[in-house]
Amino acid sequence: MIDVINAKKELDSDRISVGVGTCGLSAGAGPVYDALKKANLKIPVEKVGCSGMCYNEPIVTVVKSGKQSIYGLVTEDKVGTLIDCIKSGRVCKELLVGTSLDKIPYYKKQKRIVMKNCGFIDPLNIAQYMSQGGYGALKKAIELGQDGVLKEVEASGLRGRGGAGFPTARKWGFIAHVKGKKYLVANGDEGDPGAFMNRTLMESDPFKILEGMAIGAIATDCDEGFIYTRAEYPLAIKTLEQAICLARKHGFLGNNILGTKYNFDVSIRKGAGAFVCGEETALIHSIEGKRGNPSPRPPYPATKGVYGKPTSVNNIGTWGHVVAVLKYGAKQFRKVGTKKTPGTKVICLAGKINRAGIAEVPIGTTIKDIVYSIGGGMPKGTTFKAALTGGPAGGCVPKTKLNTRLDYEEMQKLGSIMGSGGIVVISNESCIVDIARYFMNFTQEESCGKCTPCREGTKRLLEMLERITRGEKVEILALRQLAEFVRDNSLCGLGQNAPNPILSTLRYFEKEYIEHINKHKCKSGVCKDLITYFITDKCIGCGMCAKNCPVATISGIPKERYFIHQEKCIKCGTCYGVCPVKAIIKK
Amino acid sequence: MVEKRDKPICYLKDPKLHNLIAALQKLQEKHGYLRVSDLKKLSHEKGIPGTDIYGVATFYSQFQMKKPAKYTIYVCTGTACHVNRSADIIQFIEESLQIKTGETTKNRLIKLDTVNCIGACAKAPAIMVNDHVYGQMTKAKVKELILKLR
Repeated sequence: MIDVINAKKELDSDRISVGVGTCGLSAGAGPVYDALKKANLKIPVEKVGCSGMCYNEPIVTVVKSGKQSIYGLVTEDKVGTLIDCIKSGRVCKELLVGTSLDKIPYYKKQKRIVMKNCGFIDPLNIAQYMSQGGYGALKKAIELGQDGVLKEVEASGLRGRGGAGFPTARKWGFIAHVKGKKYLVANGDEGDPGAFMNRTLMESDPFKILEGMAIGAIATDCDEGFIYTRAEYPLAIKTLEQAICLARKHGFLGNNILGTKYNFDVSIRKGAGAFVCGEETALIHSIEGKRGNPSPRPPYPATKGVYGKPTSVNNIGTWGHVVAVLKYGAKQFRKVGTKKTPGTKVICLAGKINRAGIAEVPIGTTIKDIVYSIGGGMPKGTTFKAALTGGPAGGCVPKTKLNTRLDYEEMQKLGSIMGSGGIVVISNESCIVDIARYFMNFTQEESCGKCTPCREGTKRLLEMLERITRGEKVEILALRQLAEFVRDNSLCGLGQNAPNPILSTLRYFEKEYIEHINKHKCKSGVCKDLITYFITDKCIGCGMCAKNCPVATISGIPKERYFIHQEKCIKCGTCYGVCPVKAIIKK
Repeated sequence: MVEKRDKPICYLKDPKLHNLIAALQKLQEKHGYLRVSDLKKLSHEKGIPGTDIYGVATFYSQFQMKKPAKYTIYVCTGTACHVNRSADIIQFIEESLQIKTGETTKNRLIKLDTVNCIGACAKAPAIMVNDHVYGQMTKAKVKELILKLR
């Protein structure tokens, strides 16, 4: 039997929890956990998921006599100090981040609905999950029955969180009343660089996804589902596998869920590293064990999906939101977010920013709030240039459009997309042409090669951008025309969205492109062919640069100004990095 | 002339009984890479055409057809890492190991490769050696790491 009451007590009483998601572990949370466990603190030490404050990992939360203290950057060498403080009952001021999540500036503009349990409960403790209201939504769904659930989800106005924003209720409606075998799929193939919200949810609150899928199964009268995720997420896969076992054991999955007529079971399918598999038709092929080539739609997955049966593919995030809709009811759910797109969106903040991590914000929050209030603004000495949204399929939000609201339609108006929710901030130190080239290189490599516009077009676009970064002549018009052609003629979302970064950066930063072509200048000093390193008279003649130069092209007399012989310089930037007095400049 | 085979080429009746990706993942786990002899055996056992197996094995970047090095350094080239100059890190490793990306050192000790995103964006630039992730890399840190591997 699941002891929910006891679990609730456990969560409310004294405890120490260590965040051991993938980001926590990469920052060294493993040894920290072991050290705390060994320290005989008389308070239970638990492993929890990730609360989203990646910039502060490893995070340790201590609750003692009702008082909470959250400690950040508790690395292996600092854990001793923390243990001493806990033993003597003091608050460790040097590591303290805040006394509750709401008081930390990072969380002030957030609204945590889907991420509520993340970093608070033990991901694999079903009793703790239930003590936080878990599986209440499923019980409600059983009471409502198929049509009731469909109606509730429709009334909530929930839209797919994968990027396209298709109404979830309508997607389910396509397959709900079709007779025979059908499948539900949770899309956790987060190939998009700069996005890791699905991974966090799978690692930190796996039961929520399973509960959401079970609700979906009732709504669509379906008895089998798949969770498709990347093999690059070993921890997420392990967590989900164990969660599925536990859910089966306690009757939340399998035959006759909670003693009712509903049957539903889930299995995991691992991808093997292909970005295109995030596209639903490609994903379906991959689930079947085939090459992840997309196929033309129609037929849509709703008529011909996995093994030729009607299938509904929804993002991991969407399944999390389904639980929130049922738990709070459609009316309450609509109170957050905008009228057209109610609810929240989990975003990933990264790049040149002070506080990188995962945040959940109401839809309609401005980009400015996200970058400055949540992200803490730019690191010292840099200025904001643009926010890249939607990854390699998205575009950019320039400084002048910082007041744009995060919403499907608003982002589209800017020529960008909301996408999976990754936001990468770039500063004046990044070159916009280089960014476009980077994204093009990514999509060109990931193009499956099936249709010509995408296979050949992305390659040619990449070549053009490479020429621009070398300062060679390229007609901007030709670049734009080819980009539009690829967008309009590709088979699947990958090709259709591939030119987005080019078109969107051309829209706001055309001047920078022209500067590269006509003036052979890269203001940000990124494009190697367009910069020269130069030693100014600040040089103290220490000889560090000459010593470290890999091609020995710097010479001089000690204690006098050194010189770089440009003809042999490979522009590696080593001298720039080692100079103790910053006498070397990029021109 | 059509080649004679002892088994007809056809899929099993229930396609769910075998999942090629899962089968290949299992094989790779066993040997660290996919051996051609194993693939041929799989083709015969399951009655899947060799071309299909080869097609799947080469489509996904996870599958390796060559024997891996002892250590593989994956430099993350995700957006956040790119913005934080992962290209410089790659160049530095290439220079110090005298190999290009995708190549292995002559003694088969270290292979240098890139990966699109390991999800450690907040710790950019990040690199991964086998299964261990190292965050906020600098040239000095990389130098130290390579020395340790050697």
